[in-house]
Amino acid sequence: MNGFNIERRADGTLTPYGLYDPANGHDSCGVGFVAQLDGQPRHSVVQDVLRVLINLEHRGAIGGDKTTGDGAGLLLQMPDLFFRQVCEDQRLILPALNDYAVAMVFLPTDTVPAERAMKVFESAVQQEGCEVLGWRTVPTVSAGLGEFARSTQPEIRQLFVGRGAVAPEQFERKLYVIRRVVEKEVAGWLDQDTSQFYVPSFSSRTVNYKGLLTGTQLASFYPDLSDPRLACSFSVVHQRYSTNTFPSWNLAQPFRFLGHNGEINTLRGNINAMKAREATLESDLFGPDLEKIKPVIVEGGSDSAIFDNVLELLVAAGRSLPHAVMMMIPEAWGSKFHISEDKRAFYEYHAAIMEPWDGPAALIFTDGRYIGGTLDRNGLRPARYTVTRDGMVVMASETGVLEIAGDRILRCGRLQPGRMFLVDLAQHRIVPDNEVKAKISRHRPYRHWLKDHVIGLRGLFVPPQIPKEDPDILRRKQHAFGYTDEELKRVLSPMASRGQEAVGSMGNDAAPAVLSNRPQLLFSYFKQLFAQVTNPPIDPLREELVMSLTGFVGREKNLLGETPEHCARLKLPHPLLTPQDMMRLRQTTHPDIIPAEIDTLFPADGNGEALAEALDTIFRRAERHIRNDATILILTDRRSDREHAPIPALLAAAGLHHHLIRKGLRTSASLVVETGEAREIMHFALLLGYGTNAICPYVALSSIREMADLGLLEEEIKADQAVDAYITAIKKGLLKTFSRLGISTVRSYLGAQMFEAVGLNRSVVDRYFCGTASRIGGISLNEIAAETRARHRRGFPLRGKPAPLLDPGGDYHIRNGGEKHLMSPEVVYHLQYAVRANCEKAYREFSRLVNEQSHGCATLRSLFRFKKTEPIPVEEVEPVEAIFPRFVSAAMSFGSISREAHETIAIAMNRLGANSNSGEGGEDPARYYPLPNGDSKRSNIKQVASARFGVTTEYIVQSKELQIKIAQGAKPGEGGQLPGHKVNEDIARVRHTIPGVTLISPPPHHDIYSIEDLSQLIFDLKAVNPNARISVKLVSEAGVGTVAAAVAKAKADMVLISGYDGGTGASPLTSIKHAGLPWELGLAETQQTLVNNRLRDRIRVQVDGQLRTGRDVAIAALMGAEEFGFGTVVLVTLGCVMMRKCHLNTCPVGVATQDPELRRRFGGTPEYVERYFRFLAQELREYMAQLGFRTLDGMIGRVDLLEVEPAIDHWKARGLDFSAILAPPRNTNGGPLRCIRRQEHELNKALDCQLIRLCTPALENGEPVQLEMPIRNVHRTVCGMLSGEIARRYGAKGLPDNTIQIRFEGSAGQSFGMALAPGITACIVGDANDYLGKSMSGGRIVLVPPANVTYLPHENVIGGNVFLYGATGGELYVYGIVGERFAIRNSGASAVVEGVGDHGCEYMTGGVVVILGPTGSNFAAGMSGGIAYVYDETQLFDTRCNLDMVDLESVWTVEDKQQLRTMIEQHVRYTGSIRGKMILDNWESQLPLFVKVMPIEYRKVLERMRLQQHLDDETVSATEEVYRA
Amino acid sequence: MRPFRLPKRCTVPKPTGFLEYTREDAPKRPVEVRVRDFREIEEFLPWDRVERQAARCMDCGIPFCHVYGCPVKNRMPDFNELVYRRQWRRALDILHSTNNFPEITGRICPAPCEAACTLSIHQPPVAIRLIELEIVERGWREGWIQPQPAEERTGKKVAIVGSGPAGLAAAQQLGRNGHEVVVFEKADRIGGILRYGIPDFKLEKWILDRRLNQMREEGVRFETGVDAGTDLSPRYLQRTFDAILITAGASRPRDLNIPGRDLGGIHFAMDFLVQQNKRNAGDRIPKEQEILASGKKVVVIGGGDTGSDCVGTSRRQGAIDICQIEILPKPADVRPADNPWPVWPKVLKTSTSHEEGCTRLWSILTREFLGEGGQVKKLHCVKLEWTDTGQSGKPAFREIPGSDFELNADLVLLSLGFLHTEHGPLVEGLKISADNAGNLAVQEGHRTSVPGIFAAGDCVLGASLVVRAIMQGREAAADVDRYLMGKENY
Repeated sequence: MNGFNIERRADGTLTPYGLYDPANGHDSCGVGFVAQLDGQPRHSVVQDVLRVLINLEHRGAIGGDKTTGDGAGLLLQMPDLFFRQVCEDQRLILPALNDYAVAMVFLPTDTVPAERAMKVFESAVQQEGCEVLGWRTVPTVSAGLGEFARSTQPEIRQLFVGRGAVAPEQFERKLYVIRRVVEKEVAGWLDQDTSQFYVPSFSSRTVNYKGLLTGTQLASFYPDLSDPRLACSFSVVHQRYSTNTFPSWNLAQPFRFLGHNGEINTLRGNINAMKAREATLESDLFGPDLEKIKPVIVEGGSDSAIFDNVLELLVAAGRSLPHAVMMMIPEAWGSKFHISEDKRAFYEYHAAIMEPWDGPAALIFTDGRYIGGTLDRNGLRPARYTVTRDGMVVMASETGVLEIAGDRILRCGRLQPGRMFLVDLAQHRIVPDNEVKAKISRHRPYRHWLKDHVIGLRGLFVPPQIPKEDPDILRRKQHAFGYTDEELKRVLSPMASRGQEAVGSMGNDAAPAVLSNRPQLLFSYFKQLFAQVTNPPIDPLREELVMSLTGFVGREKNLLGETPEHCARLKLPHPLLTPQDMMRLRQTTHPDIIPAEIDTLFPADGNGEALAEALDTIFRRAERHIRNDATILILTDRRSDREHAPIPALLAAAGLHHHLIRKGLRTSASLVVETGEAREIMHFALLLGYGTNAICPYVALSSIREMADLGLLEEEIKADQAVDAYITAIKKGLLKTFSRLGISTVRSYLGAQMFEAVGLNRSVVDRYFCGTASRIGGISLNEIAAETRARHRRGFPLRGKPAPLLDPGGDYHIRNGGEKHLMSPEVVYHLQYAVRANCEKAYREFSRLVNEQSHGCATLRSLFRFKKTEPIPVEEVEPVEAIFPRFVSAAMSFGSISREAHETIAIAMNRLGANSNSGEGGEDPARYYPLPNGDSKRSNIKQVASARFGVTTEYIVQSKELQIKIAQGAKPGEGGQLPGHKVNEDIARVRHTIPGVTLISPPPHHDIYSIEDLSQLIFDLKAVNPNARISVKLVSEAGVGTVAAAVAKAKADMVLISGYDGGTGASPLTSIKHAGLPWELGLAETQQTLVNNRLRDRIRVQVDGQLRTGRDVAIAALMGAEEFGFGTVVLVTLGCVMMRKCHLNTCPVGVATQDPELRRRFGGTPEYVERYFRFLAQELREYMAQLGFRTLDGMIGRVDLLEVEPAIDHWKARGLDFSAILAPPRNTNGGPLRCIRRQEHELNKALDCQLIRLCTPALENGEPVQLEMPIRNVHRTVCGMLSGEIARRYGAKGLPDNTIQIRFEGSAGQSFGMALAPGITACIVGDANDYLGKSMSGGRIVLVPPANVTYLPHENVIGGNVFLYGATGGELYVYGIVGERFAIRNSGASAVVEGVGDHGCEYMTGGVVVILGPTGSNFAAGMSGGIAYVYDETQLFDTRCNLDMVDLESVWTVEDKQQLRTMIEQHVRYTGSIRGKMILDNWESQLPLFVKVMPIEYRKVLERMRLQQHLDDETVSATEEVYRA
Repeated sequence: MRPFRLPKRCTVPKPTGFLEYTREDAPKRPVEVRVRDFREIEEFLPWDRVERQAARCMDCGIPFCHVYGCPVKNRMPDFNELVYRRQWRRALDILHSTNNFPEITGRICPAPCEAACTLSIHQPPVAIRLIELEIVERGWREGWIQPQPAEERTGKKVAIVGSGPAGLAAAQQLGRNGHEVVVFEKADRIGGILRYGIPDFKLEKWILDRRLNQMREEGVRFETGVDAGTDLSPRYLQRTFDAILITAGASRPRDLNIPGRDLGGIHFAMDFLVQQNKRNAGDRIPKEQEILASGKKVVVIGGGDTGSDCVGTSRRQGAIDICQIEILPKPADVRPADNPWPVWPKVLKTSTSHEEGCTRLWSILTREFLGEGGQVKKLHCVKLEWTDTGQSGKPAFREIPGSDFELNADLVLLSLGFLHTEHGPLVEGLKISADNAGNLAVQEGHRTSVPGIFAAGDCVLGASLVVRAIMQGREAAADVDRYLMGKENY
């Protein structure tokens, strides 16, 4: 930041304040390009590309002032003729093309710094040997711009620069140097606000017009773009959707080389790694100029901007653009992929040089010669292209962005995951992925280099057997590292026995580390971040093939060079080392592996100062070792003894990591940590996340060996097996941790710092965990030392021997003397007694206990108190009935809790006029209708979760609120699984599957890979049920505020901020304990961000997470919540006693079980729930009276009435600083602190309004209707409203088949056929975008190419990604190939298609799919039900199929043959498919080519059902016989 | 080593154990056999069946048994799990980590843990006491329980006054911490209430001796027949010891001062019980002091545990008729609504002594003892009616007019509870203050009003459970240790 103190800079960006940090911004968007292969410049390209931009506008966003776009831009080939002419007008004669360059410059509006910047620019140009030709003011028209865009608009000029004496091949490089010199100089003026200064492009090949605009505004803002003289042969456009609600001119895209629709999840690690590498950069091409461009990364850029910075460096230093892109976004190259050995070698070689820039991405890049696109390895962004017969190439996030007549199309395709698409303008052709990559991966002998240089661990040295750890010494170490009995039993034993992390339930109610009285490991002060909305988490089980734990250790070489020695590093298959491995490392004589040991110890009686000193010594030693050529630094605490306590491993490792980065030495050696402290997955994740390359957890391993020997493990297994199982479990857990963030490889995770600290003070963070968010301050080195000492003393007591038993623990299950828990026995008892006996006194006691426990510091809010204000009589406060509608019961699915509990809650909430939430398991339609006594079992809030179980058209229309569950507090960024044995008749029916089939919820919503997708889903749901409000459930973490702002911009009506501690049915322990943050932080950040960005007025805010008492609610309201969710506490009123056994189905009180025997024990009644909420509301009213509020509305957001309890005498809590949480929003100008208006969904503009009008006869009288109409990609969710209308009138059964027949011509927009209802047959002639047939519940969709196409449909792509997501019925026929994840989570639709991309039929649980063409890889991953028939021409299908859950069979039974034939016949009938016809014509010869994909579990279930049927039949006949006899 | 390999645990999967097995209690010797002697009534369940009982434990998220029910905070879920896994020795370590004398609590504790057991919401609770007992007895049998003398001596001396459960627990803890501990007991044998209060048919005394031997070998010194404060002056004690812990119990009984109280044949329950215990130990009781029920009609006044012990003892001595009367109304058979799980159930309890036969009457007020020749012969009683809402909301009674009746009695045993500790020369000599109820007043850390003097157990709490006394003793030991050593050991 500049040296003066402002809230907002001239470019509009806010400075950090409160919990709002602009660094948390994310963006996503639409991208596209148009190119002419002949290379002839023409103005039509610009016109076309602008049309593309306008047609992508719905993928962008508009900010708080309603007219300011988040940014749009256009990067085009140097329009030589145009510049020549406009320059001539101002008497400026340009040299020949390529001998001059144009700098597009944004200058500060303030003339003083502007002129100064221009001067600097000119002098830099001259300094570097180029020639200043002159400036041109770029004409702009700001009319029509948003208020915010206008107020921050910079002065836009172009500087023309001649090549001068610079060699032609050095010219671009020089321009880069000049630009960096100028940028650095200007950024260094601390006395002036130069935030507006920016150089969008400076090149002799391309020029960039961009701004804080919408797509439509772009052309009118820059009259240049409409000038017919402006001609080029290619151009890239970009439309931005930023979560950061004050987007800026500078961050609009495209950047200088690329337009990026995506998100770099690993940014922090990538930045650190780049910083670390800078010291060793060398390039002959740059020579001494290299210093001038450093630092390579410009601070404050978005992830895309930073990516652009590094890409620019790599290209400038000599790698080709496609090569550089392949390095930065490598495709997955694991053994499961069939790729060329040379290509694999290329990727492996580069893996030793640079980590992937991981995250979902559709990237379009150009350097003026090549223009190309690539997708990330998961294919999480769409990119479709069309090539015309006359040589035009259009690629964009959607198809149909340009209308192209069918007979003009040569080819339609899509970018596949990890693939590249390159247009070579010099060669006038499209270079296919395999050719580009083959050429690049063979231009050096990477394969040989690897073979000769990569070092393997096994090859190093064969160590002798390591002796067993002495039990007494082990015990001391366990004490000293704070091991507890509980950890051994609940954490380590399951891992060592089953190779799996243990599962727990009912969330986390223990005190946060900083408020705990027990000495906490430093690890406990960190919480994992996770992906929500802006990027999807990955499924580490079903999509494991894209993930990798392989890493390299040893010295890194110059990034810009390329030599065989670059890969002379030790390759580790995973980052866990055993003591044997350590011995190998230590004893090796390999010349490239030079280990050096550093003890991480400090004096056992030392304080913070001693600790700091010890750390400094470690850092100094490390430097010395590196200067003495060490390539591996081993940090070890093995030698700790009575006098020397171990430094927390994380502190030592992270501190050293940052120290070495600062010293430019980080890439010279790898860090290996040998520590007794690490044992849980979270510990390893933290060490890796803060830069450790490999870890040897020797005490954990010895403990496991001892347990195995003593027979204390869950299973009877040998020590070696137990250790292997433990390592496997850690590996799986690490993958899960990465996947939670959408990160695929450990190489990108290393140093990515995807954590937030809770309870560490600034000085600790800044020094040792640089760049980590820590927003409430906390403990210093002194307390860290004290906690370490306390543990150490248990191992080395002052008197006598250490205790023979470990500390009992108490973190998970309560133990005396263990961790504090909010839910104590007394709390449970008093609450249950209060609601059963309707005893207010008992409720008061409950409330007192909770609040007092809170005073005992179990939550952050326990440290707050209310300020003294003028009280009012309690009678004046609004009645409890006015408060109830703000209460909701938290989402608990029918399936996780029993039917009895679920329905009791629904009845109670309905009686109160409050709302219950269905959870994610669908809802029995019988509950939609009121009971005779007037009660209703309907859940007003219905959840739409990633698996879409039970999300039918009727479900959607039967809701008052639809809640999109992005994340769940107990396991954010993770999927779930309901094992087959728990899926009984009821659950199966409601979830539209069959009993006994495992139901998997994927980690991401497969239709929300980015924020614009969320906005699409909101639109979809709103379309089907315009009366429902749409809410989005998020989990508290750093940056949730900006996500919430994006959610507001996506037009959600409500956003729910969940605390991390919420209850759950089943979740891995790591997720329960270590992912996410308390709601206090998330809510405060959300409120501040929404208010600061003027978005609060249009979205309501709800909060949940261990809310219990009126005090909790009052605090939440003051902090900005309008509504409040209650989960655990409601269950307790119904009899839950916090068994934490939900995942075992053995709940002894019948609440969280499906066991009929146990369900009978359920004793709750709606009255219990009602009484609780009455007591609660009454208590809340008293707080309101005390604070002087008559209505809750008046109270919302009045954070100024909270203050920190001054009398905190907790030794650790003393360092906490809540000023950021309690900061009132600034600059509100009395703006609203709560929601006061509705979102404008603009549903009236939807095509469906027209459809509904035209279909009136069908809707009202069931008369058949036939329609024809054109369709374009901007028409979204077509048929959704219509279907909603049908379901509202006719329920689930809809209309008779074919009542409504509509023929659409053109390109269907996203979510075509959303929740299609029975009775509609929709035929698209043209092509379709993503999400077709989402939640389809009936009806029929036919997708065929235009009649006059000349290409072969079965070789071309006519459909996008993620078709039939969560469909429960209906039919689909596609005459052509579709994208990734076809029929994902389908549970009832049948479909025929002629080819699919990767991950086909993923998570499918029902329905039938026929594929008459190729499939991508990972087919049938997680497919637990349904059947797929695949036409397997090459007989290689099994190599692309994920065989974990399915068997492949031939099609031979009569039923199967009949089913397949009928479906193909239907397909031919509807589409006229040539291929289908060919197969039918040659049925006998083609049939053997079909493979039946049969889920193993599904087959068993079907067999059982058949057997049952058989038995039933037999019984019947037997009786009959008897009868007859 | 092992001749055959047992399966690692009992074969029921533990998470569903509670659904597959029902509760099984320890077998008891048949009434007609057991009343002929004073030996223990309960027998042992075969250990594999104990394992199955352990499999019923649900390992609750909130183990009410452990954090709510149990005064010493025994870690039931942990040792149950270990028993289920056949890790008996480890289970023993866990058990001993919270309780010094599980073989005693395993026999006589009323098991508030079982009352708080989550399983008891719908099913009979886990048989925790039985499991506890099996663990510790197996430890003795296997020789796992050995003296654990301190490695280093601190050189500090602690006097413990009174050798009941609190004193013994404290003595063992302090001894193991390396302090020199001397236990002073005014009676002729060590054990206090454990030795002389509890009848042998509930706790045979060799069990106590077995534990005392361990303590002796750990270095604890026992001085019997020493009335601290009388035989040793308070000043002497203060001079000689670095700390004094008073664990003198609450032995002053509540009396019933009604007409006829001075008649012969009316005794305090404890006097009666002590005598029998001495007799069982081989002592001879002088004829004139003998209190015997043989051939007599016995009325026990007071419906508590001590009363019940009097019933059992009287039966064994050969009483011809035993009647136990209680002023409070008869408790319900199941928990009343205002007495829900997990609080201690106020329901009718039938002890082994009751099984052996006696008449039990409730809501009875004794008005007068009637006698002949200075010897009690009858009790004049009246029936009561109880109402929930007396003054200040407490239950109150009124006599039912005309309900007077008489009970024949040759021997009347008063078991009306205990008032407080005896304020003997030690307490008075040291000027230790007492609270309103007569208990010794302590501040945080079990410190009395006199520096260096601590108090714990019933003399502080008033008469209570053995297990609570053990808890007090352990806590006080930790406090004394902190006082002596300045800071905690870790």
